[in-house]
Amino acid sequence: MADIYERAPRFAAEDYESSWADKLKKIWEGEPGLYGWISTVDHKKLGIRYLVTAFVFLIIGGIEALIFRLQLSVPNAHILTPEQYDQLFSEHGITMIFLYALPVLTGFSVYIWPLLLGARDLALPRLNAFTYWVFLLAGIFMYVGLAQGAGANDGWFNYVPYAERQFNGGPNIDYYALGMIFLGISTTGASINFVVTFLRLRAPGMSINRVPIMIWGTLTSSAANILAVPSVSLAFFLLWLDRNYGTHFFNVDSSGQPLLWQHLFWMFAHPWVYVIVLPAMGIVSDALPVFCRRPLVGYAAVALATVATMVLGFGVWVHHMFATGLAPAALAYFSAASLIIAIPSAISVFAWLATIWTGRPVTTTAFYFFAGFVLLFVIGGVSGFMTASVPADWQFTDTYFVVAHIHYVLIGINVFPVVGGIYFWFPKMTGRLMNERLGKWNFWIMFIGFNLGFFPMHISGLLGMPRRVYTYSANEGWTALNMITTIGSYIFAFGILLLLINIFISRRRGRLAGPNPWDAGTLEWSTPSPPPPYNFAVIPTVASRHPLWEDRLGEPGRTFENKGLLLDHGKETIGTDPLDATPNVILKMPEDTPTPLVLSLAMMAFFFGMLVHSWAVMIVSLLVIGGSVVVWLWPRPELGETAEPADV
Amino acid sequence: MHGDGAKAYPVVGLTWLVLIIAAGVVVVIGILLAIAVFRRRNITPLLLDEKMPLSHPVATSWITIGVAISSVLLLIALVWTAVVFADISNPPRKTAFTIEITGHQWWWQVRYMGHSSDTILSTANEIHIPTGVPVKLELKTADVIHSFWIPALSGKMDTIPNQTNTTWIEADKPGIYYGQCTEYCGVEHAKMRMLMVAQPPAEFQQWWRHSLQPATPPKADDARQGMISFVVHCGSCHTVAGTDAMGVLGPDLSHLASRKMIAAGTIPNTPAYLSGWIADPQAMKPGNLMPKLELTGPELANIRTYLETLK
Repeated sequence: MADIYERAPRFAAEDYESSWADKLKKIWEGEPGLYGWISTVDHKKLGIRYLVTAFVFLIIGGIEALIFRLQLSVPNAHILTPEQYDQLFSEHGITMIFLYALPVLTGFSVYIWPLLLGARDLALPRLNAFTYWVFLLAGIFMYVGLAQGAGANDGWFNYVPYAERQFNGGPNIDYYALGMIFLGISTTGASINFVVTFLRLRAPGMSINRVPIMIWGTLTSSAANILAVPSVSLAFFLLWLDRNYGTHFFNVDSSGQPLLWQHLFWMFAHPWVYVIVLPAMGIVSDALPVFCRRPLVGYAAVALATVATMVLGFGVWVHHMFATGLAPAALAYFSAASLIIAIPSAISVFAWLATIWTGRPVTTTAFYFFAGFVLLFVIGGVSGFMTASVPADWQFTDTYFVVAHIHYVLIGINVFPVVGGIYFWFPKMTGRLMNERLGKWNFWIMFIGFNLGFFPMHISGLLGMPRRVYTYSANEGWTALNMITTIGSYIFAFGILLLLINIFISRRRGRLAGPNPWDAGTLEWSTPSPPPPYNFAVIPTVASRHPLWEDRLGEPGRTFENKGLLLDHGKETIGTDPLDATPNVILKMPEDTPTPLVLSLAMMAFFFGMLVHSWAVMIVSLLVIGGSVVVWLWPRPELGETAEPADV
Repeated sequence: MHGDGAKAYPVVGLTWLVLIIAAGVVVVIGILLAIAVFRRRNITPLLLDEKMPLSHPVATSWITIGVAISSVLLLIALVWTAVVFADISNPPRKTAFTIEITGHQWWWQVRYMGHSSDTILSTANEIHIPTGVPVKLELKTADVIHSFWIPALSGKMDTIPNQTNTTWIEADKPGIYYGQCTEYCGVEHAKMRMLMVAQPPAEFQQWWRHSLQPATPPKADDARQGMISFVVHCGSCHTVAGTDAMGVLGPDLSHLASRKMIAAGTIPNTPAYLSGWIADPQAMKPGNLMPKLELTGPELANIRTYLETLK
């Protein structure tokens, strides 16, 4: 049967109740039990797994912060030793920035992308499973260091030469360096998956001016990751060589360049800041209008602003290095670029404002989080604008002012949209609504706790408090501010606890949601909640930006009046043209497989081998890696990878 | 947020400008947001009205106007930044002299560069400057990256290995200005502080001439014993000019008794604290590079007595 390569799928109407749906369910359903759990490639299961894992890291990083906030709550406290404090603040930053902030957004995207795009999975489902396992194992790898008392202790940006062996003799930095290289594999793989999915898996008719903003956010972040992650992986690899094999890249005793580290690190880490906020801003741009009962104001402007932010985001890294003695001309350029990057952000802010202003806001918990986010976004944005001014930044940099700024950015622009996104998509993921009453408490406690805890940091910074100090003396005038910050951080943590409680209660006892509890306009709300394993009974042909609002918006096209493509010869979805999304191929999707897990475990073993310099471990794990890759890539007739397809 | 000196004044002005713009933007957006939310609020949460999304204004003029206003504010900030940046990049007058400041884990080495090697004055952690005249600073490090910052006087500047960063500083009014290392540099980063003592020029000259004098050997018996013990136990790391103690790993202690603080500006220089510090430096500043020495009670007392003679 040559129809795997050339077949025109039937075009008909089918729904989720028919025998047709039963057939699809049989095809797409994974195996039950432990084997099914470790071998699944279903984007919905993996997306939720990403979200849960990222939240576990958020809780771990939060507990670390709660411990060291006690140390800072009063002057000259002796709760922690300086070394314990240094490991806790370093691990807190690493956990939140690398193990929570992007993975949580990746979780949303992994879950929601195929549903937004009208596809049955991401383009590369096995890669999706692999990047999840690598993320989990890289996080565990770094935490093994902390568990044996050798957590990273040079902050998340890990400046040399303090990170070199002569000043930092233990395995602390080796765990961090190898863990980051390992994690970079996951980030890069997931990014490639999103880019390919965007190019090839949009439902027929979903031209690029019809994709939701969330897709733009994740797409730009993914493209940026592919360009930026090599810089940091290289930096950490060179540092590992310096530390273990005596190379001289950053070693100052042999004319190594400490500023080279800063350039390589920030060329990655400044784009990273946008990587971990743009998809979150995308969540708001898509979900906020649902609660304003109107489409987003300025779709094209916001989509272009998203891309523009990312492009400019590659040209501002030196604003982390204003005090390193670089030439004034360089500082002037990066200062101007750092001011100009505020313009695309202004576009988004005014688009959200106009959407609320001209809409009819329905004040659900999710709406509270999105509206609260807009204010926090502006506060975090203007403090960033202040640090872009070089002479002013010479006062702000490396003080608590910057600590305040980074928390307004990361909590305000990442955590608040994420929690709003949970309230928004929880009904889709579980079939049940979250408790609104508890949700309002959840919002106000988080919002008040956050501002109480983090706003005073601006002031302690302006009063001269440097960051990363394990204690301070009573006569500095920082005492009351630090106590307030500690109290606020505990209130904020209580707010997060309420969220978790709400999730646990609502998962079993929440009101049933139905397919579209918010009366939203995008494709994911056309499926049952939770969606069946195959997502869509028929692949829809998209006629507008809001397929479920077409009647009311007076759009000319009708997405769901038409029938859709029927695909049932095994696991199949449709591949389309990158620009205007005309269908041009039937894609065969892979079955569940444990190979990604085996491969990631072997890679973890390889990194442990590097850590302890064990050639035996490295060689054995390399053999397993090679074997897994062969199994993974072995041509399969059911995927249409052999010359003569099997009879399926 | 205040500053004293030719370098600090324009920076304080600029900081106020960006702060006011920032606060103004937050207030205006906050008010617009509050009005937007409450103006046409739907009072039937959850029961979304199926008929709602009907007509909606295009409203892109919000973006046009908002971005236009933002751009003007950014332009003002950009121009003002450029003006201040140019203004403070060079001192307004000729600098009086150069001080070389070297960051160490976790203290500051200070050398006043004279015309010849005889007139180089070495000290640590307390930097005296004359008021009303700019002073050039050459910033270096002996180990990792540190950052030099006297908040009330000027912007910070990092000390980078194999690199000399140059800046300048000026104080208008006499007084003691506190500063602290602001680049994370290891376990005792928190306790790497310093004092900048601004004095009227005549008083400064007097301090400078006095500080150039080597220590006079003490006359009292216990202090003489202390000097001998000091040279034996402490001399390989510390220097006291005019004695055999010529170590360079730790701070120069030639005129220790005239300093206000010990342990890099973190502990008051009183007899009790000084004894405690010599007896067990790890108790007060855990992880610092000064080891705990096995000194007998009389040795400890004599060393302290000797150090107190180093006016």
